[in-house]
Amino acid sequence: MDAHPLQVDKLSFHYGSVKALGNVSFHIPAAGFVGLLGPNGAGKTTIFGLLTRLMSPQSGEIRYSAHLLDQEPARALQSLGVVFQQTSLDLDLSVAQNLHYHAALQGMSRKRARIRIQQELGRFDMQNRVDDKVRSLNQGHRRRVEIARALLHKPQILLLDEATAGLDFETRQMINQHIRQLCDDDGVSVLWATHLIEDIRTSDQVILLNQGKVIAQGNCEQLLRENHVTDLRQLMQKQFRAVA
Amino acid sequence: MTGSAYLNCFYGILYRELYRFVQQRSRFLSALVRPLLWLVVFAAGFRAALGVSIIPPYETYISYEVYITPGLIGIILLFNGMQGSLSMVVDREMGSMRVLLTSPFPRSYLLICKLFSIALISSIQAYVFLFIASWFDINAPLAGYFYLLPACLIAGLMLAAVGLFISSLVRQLENFAGIMNFVIFPMFFLSSALYPLWKMREANDWLFQVCQVNPFTYAVELIRFSLYAKWNGSAFMVVAITTILFVLAAVAGYNPRMGLLGRKATGE
Repeated sequence: MDAHPLQVDKLSFHYGSVKALGNVSFHIPAAGFVGLLGPNGAGKTTIFGLLTRLMSPQSGEIRYSAHLLDQEPARALQSLGVVFQQTSLDLDLSVAQNLHYHAALQGMSRKRARIRIQQELGRFDMQNRVDDKVRSLNQGHRRRVEIARALLHKPQILLLDEATAGLDFETRQMINQHIRQLCDDDGVSVLWATHLIEDIRTSDQVILLNQGKVIAQGNCEQLLRENHVTDLRQLMQKQFRAVA
Repeated sequence: MTGSAYLNCFYGILYRELYRFVQQRSRFLSALVRPLLWLVVFAAGFRAALGVSIIPPYETYISYEVYITPGLIGIILLFNGMQGSLSMVVDREMGSMRVLLTSPFPRSYLLICKLFSIALISSIQAYVFLFIASWFDINAPLAGYFYLLPACLIAGLMLAAVGLFISSLVRQLENFAGIMNFVIFPMFFLSSALYPLWKMREANDWLFQVCQVNPFTYAVELIRFSLYAKWNGSAFMVVAITTILFVLAAVAGYNPRMGLLGRKATGE
């Protein structure tokens, strides 16, 4: 297993003349849970666009294990599972059809996909919803289907962009717990972008992002100690003030 | 990625397109009703006004209904190609296009799978139309029905590729009406679909020249000749080259390095 399955080095991106990211560098440790924190507009979604190759960086590089995303996109993307902020399920297809579609896009056979769909939906106790139209599911269940979908091809790295935004407290807790379990049990490395600091624990690694720049990163507990604050909210306020 | 993985990917994209098409019954019906109206109503009205002389591939005088049938197959391919490709705009708005574009397969392969799926669905519709047209005594030689399939597929690919390229430029599907007015209708009317080009030349030489450079004209002629089990090499060449050009343009449009998609991401 690679020590750093995801490495981002000096990543920059502009939308026209507007700077969205400037020299962003970070890495994700193997089987680690890393929280990417920042207010709305900090650049989290831009990072996700670049990490998933929906956009191409103007400078800097992204490396998945030994593979540069720019030069070996196929190998890099094979190791990647993504849950986007905006729902990306086809509402008019059933849960199974959505998952089979994704499996096909990963090159999986129908037979293997069927097995993996049962396994991943089973983790959420959703096997009985397999034939339901996605349109009939509530937001929480749609999110679970999206997470199951992202894991179908057994990726080494899982990227989640505001995966619990808009969900009720119980569902958020459940999904958060589920993702952490993946790190512990399956060795999946997770980058969890959120503006909800309740999703982050003090034992987590965190990256604080503001106005397209990494303003602090490291172990959350250590950062709290170094900055003489007691919780993440205070740390963020202090760091953001320092930048302003 | 193995060969079977590539096949699985193609099957997945084709299945989704087919399923969505079957689900959207109104789309299927309107795709058939449109050319049938032209065939039954429009052609009946214009039969007397528009005399058609003997022109290849026809060996005898033909009725106007027979003349416009290949053009109506063309309009099925044109509408379905545009609609299918422009569904990428809806997919982009709904977010489901990200699933396609984050696949590890080459983006060009994914887009070609999508185009081929659309072309296949268009061809199925063309055959259903021909079946219904046979009730109105519009028939072709048996061999023509076999020759027609590759012609429909390549013409369908070309038109879907044009649509896919446009979809990489269009931000919202609200612009579909604009595409109807500025792309679909001009392509259809400024072609040999409804009247032979010599008629157009008699009426207006400038319009004739426009028809001559319209790739849809060649798609219709390729279909017309194929339906009578004949080969039209020049039409095939134009359709093939146009297909390649627009596939390349569409792939460039969806390439993150080229920036078209990147610029759209600002709004997401």
